Amino acid sequence: MEARWRDIDFLLQRPGKLVSDGFEPGPEVCSAAQCVCLVIGSSLSLQLREFLRDFKILVIGAGGLGCEMLKDLALSGFGNIDVIDMDTIDVSNLNRQFLFRMHDVGKPKAQVAAEKIMQRIKGVTVTPHYGRIEDKDIEFYREFQLIVLGLDSLEARSYINSIACSFLEYNEDGELDMSTIKPMVDGGTEGFKGHARVILPGFTPCFHCTLWLFPPQVTYPLCTLAETPRSPAHCIEYVHLIQWGQDREGESFNPDNPEHMTWMYEQALKRAEQFNISGVTYSLTQGVVKNIIPAIASTNAIVSAICSLEALKLATMCSKGLDNYMMYSGTQGVYTHTVSYEKDSSCMVCSPGVPVEVDSSITLQEFIDMLLLDARFKDKLSKPSVSFQGTNLYMQAPPVLEEMTRPNLQSSLLSLMGSKGVLNVNDRKLAGVLRVQVAFRNVPTPMAV
Amino acid sequence: MAHANGGSGDEQKKAAAAAATRSNKYDRQLRIWGEHGQGALEQASVCLLNCGATGSEALKNLVLGGIGNVTAVDGGLVHESDLGNNFLLSAENLGQPRAKSMAALLQEMNDSVLIDHIDASPESLLDSDPGFFARFTLVIATQMRDRSLVILDEVCRRFSVMLLVARSYGLTGYVRISLREHAVIESKPDNTVSDLRLHRPWPELTTFVEEFNLETEDSLVHKHIPFAIILLKVCEEWRSKHGGALPSTTKERSEFKSLVASKKQAQDEDNYKEAVAAASKVWSPPSLSSEVKAILEDGAADVDSSSSDFWILVAALKRFVASEGGGEFPLDGAIPDMHSFTEYYILLQRCYQAKAESDVSAVEAHVRSILSQLGRDPDSISRAAIKHFCKNSRNLRVLRYRSLAEELGLKEVGAKLQKYLPFEGDNTNYAIYLMFRAVDRFAEEFGRFPGAMADETVEEDAAKVGAIAHKLAGEIGLDGGVSEELVYEFCRFGGGEIHCVGAVVGGIASQEAIKLVTKQFTPTAGTLIYNAISSTTTIFQL
Repeated sequence: MEARWRDIDFLLQRPGKLVSDGFEPGPEVCSAAQCVCLVIGSSLSLQLREFLRDFKILVIGAGGLGCEMLKDLALSGFGNIDVIDMDTIDVSNLNRQFLFRMHDVGKPKAQVAAEKIMQRIKGVTVTPHYGRIEDKDIEFYREFQLIVLGLDSLEARSYINSIACSFLEYNEDGELDMSTIKPMVDGGTEGFKGHARVILPGFTPCFHCTLWLFPPQVTYPLCTLAETPRSPAHCIEYVHLIQWGQDREGESFNPDNPEHMTWMYEQALKRAEQFNISGVTYSLTQGVVKNIIPAIASTNAIVSAICSLEALKLATMCSKGLDNYMMYSGTQGVYTHTVSYEKDSSCMVCSPGVPVEVDSSITLQEFIDMLLLDARFKDKLSKPSVSFQGTNLYMQAPPVLEEMTRPNLQSSLLSLMGSKGVLNVNDRKLAGVLRVQVAFRNVPTPMAV
Repeated sequence: MAHANGGSGDEQKKAAAAAATRSNKYDRQLRIWGEHGQGALEQASVCLLNCGATGSEALKNLVLGGIGNVTAVDGGLVHESDLGNNFLLSAENLGQPRAKSMAALLQEMNDSVLIDHIDASPESLLDSDPGFFARFTLVIATQMRDRSLVILDEVCRRFSVMLLVARSYGLTGYVRISLREHAVIESKPDNTVSDLRLHRPWPELTTFVEEFNLETEDSLVHKHIPFAIILLKVCEEWRSKHGGALPSTTKERSEFKSLVASKKQAQDEDNYKEAVAAASKVWSPPSLSSEVKAILEDGAADVDSSSSDFWILVAALKRFVASEGGGEFPLDGAIPDMHSFTEYYILLQRCYQAKAESDVSAVEAHVRSILSQLGRDPDSISRAAIKHFCKNSRNLRVLRYRSLAEELGLKEVGAKLQKYLPFEGDNTNYAIYLMFRAVDRFAEEFGRFPGAMADETVEEDAAKVGAIAHKLAGEIGLDGGVSEELVYEFCRFGGGEIHCVGAVVGGIASQEAIKLVTKQFTPTAGTLIYNAISSTTTIFQL
């Protein structure tokens, strides 16, 4: 037994009685979630340690959560970690992103984080990717056995969620091929509060199933901003959203440009003075315009560790997994609440298919037109391509394929599919695939012989 | 003073640049606890006992946050197993003192913090030099056993030093604050209900409201009257028709809302929509929490010359409530945003702020009078402090903690734990509490934790520690036993410190420390058990 891993090996190398017991959905996921199902047992010895060392895991974000997650995963035995982040290091990161120092300011977070982890923890390989998550090919994400998210935006989470869910494969009966599940662990924090959740697409709710968990953004009515401001924030947002465009037409506002921010502050102050409103400060101006979320080391450390522990449990089944959402609040004592949310069975992103009922006579062209008008897919489709069980029915691109599949547009959808079933819809606007469960009305019954 | 070569000008520039960097570095946390909170952190002196995964994580967070100074205490040397769970120790530290080794990387994380180390065990310090602990604001004791904790607690209380106990054990952990009394003025609850006093307007507010006319024909004015004014006017109308009473029955409340809605002249009048939505504020003004009521009734509010400023302020508050306040607390003065002309809103705001200010003056008079009566300097509490207190008076908190000797001696613990059983359901966090006591007793007897040796002893140890746990449960009169699975799990843990669990427990400990030092937000009142198997926490008040 490697002496270094003494404490965690008590967990990994000994059978337990509270392991994956009551963890939904049970042993089938075990075989799916990480290719090789290693049941904790006497034959284990060094296998699990090696398994973790080579386990391909991706950390998205190398900021407040990401730095902590990299440390936590490495000190849990994961030896093959990739990390992606598009940002560079800023001074305001240093109160919590402990892998960075003053002299690192300006450098890419992913790169410095990877270096620091490898420096301090021997035997772990951390591969950095400095760039946007959208710039990676979908195949990049397919390679990982587990994805851990340390993000700070709805949009980024939504994107990764779509990618992970697009790997799911359902058969005609809507049954999931378990080996296509791409497990994710997602963490988020704000001040003293945070959450950790486990997403097993197809089983637990995906991010889209529970979009309602995220409170809507605060926006102010235009007439308030323009005519009747009452608070310092109103004054700031007026300058931000209206006055900048008027006074500095054509110039794109850059919140990291001190001159831009100072101008914003001074104009907001002037406006506030006009209306006898007090309270506009440079700090508030920054906060409103950049939508700054207060952040501290402790909450990030707590949430990241919970997430990393779940990643370890998913990979090794060494204990019961979180099922499936834990919220944390540290302002009034410590309060946590663990709840098992249910997935949306007709979720646009993770379900076997969003139900659509059409007349049996409908053509493929008419079907596509209908999709574009469907309120559920508002703004999510522009030029959809349709395929069925691996066969392209209509492809918008490339030109060669488009020409080949164009005749299908005039065929009846029912004749193309043969019977009801699930269509895969792809679109430039979609990060993943949209599955549509088509049911036909007025299907002519076969003539009696 | 100024040198010919402009030296002090350079120094000033340097100082200004350093201040700007500091504000920038701490920006994301200044937005939470403000400069005064940050100042309190920078003045604090913290002692960490034991530099394992849990302790190092707790300290890391505090150092990153800019704590004033820290002293790490540990009697051990860096071992191979430390490299598997402790980020602050690396291969080049092997064989060297743990405290000293940890201090080095910690310093890199924030050069503003003064970091010291003592290469001795906490137990030996307690034995040879308990006075050592007197210099600290807070002691964070990690991975210590019950017996030593009881001694440490007694020492800390003797010197009025705050104590925070944190421990992780396999996939479980706990955190417990221990001190006599912690008073919080700025508890900053998540949801504050604004105090509009619609049910009891004061004379100046009533006079101000008279300027407005809900029947005005000026449609622009009509749709920009703030909802508070609409409600106050409708209240007046209601009272005149109901012998001075406010709506009390469900029927009356419904009628009142209809009356408010009837004042609308056009569809797009958002202020009337707001008024209808806020109508319940008239008959359900914000109530006082049970915690605040208890503070007013607390024995410490009968002040004497040794009373703290906090209790003097509470005593003054009580007098205010009984006289000028007429049963009400000092007005906070903040009002929510309301659809309105800027001018009307600002004037309304000033009306509320003026009343808040005059309440502060009344409380101030009581403060000065009480201080004089007690033979203390009547100006020893500033108006700013009194104002701060008044603004937060509805959210005061006082926490008191039983000594560890009493709790860990398990006096009354059984009866108290028993109360939680019906709520625990599948959670067996109360059993985890028991297991911590059981493993420590096992360690006293056998010189090691159960399961700490080779795998073969796990079953044997489980039988032994299970027997201890059951005996304990019997002694303290607890019905619920400890399940066989949980006993086995504890043996499986082998007393090990898992990094992730240490990071959670240490993280929570650092957060509690920040709340204690800044005196903002509410620290945890009781023993927090963290169960990483079920991903749950429970707080037991024992």
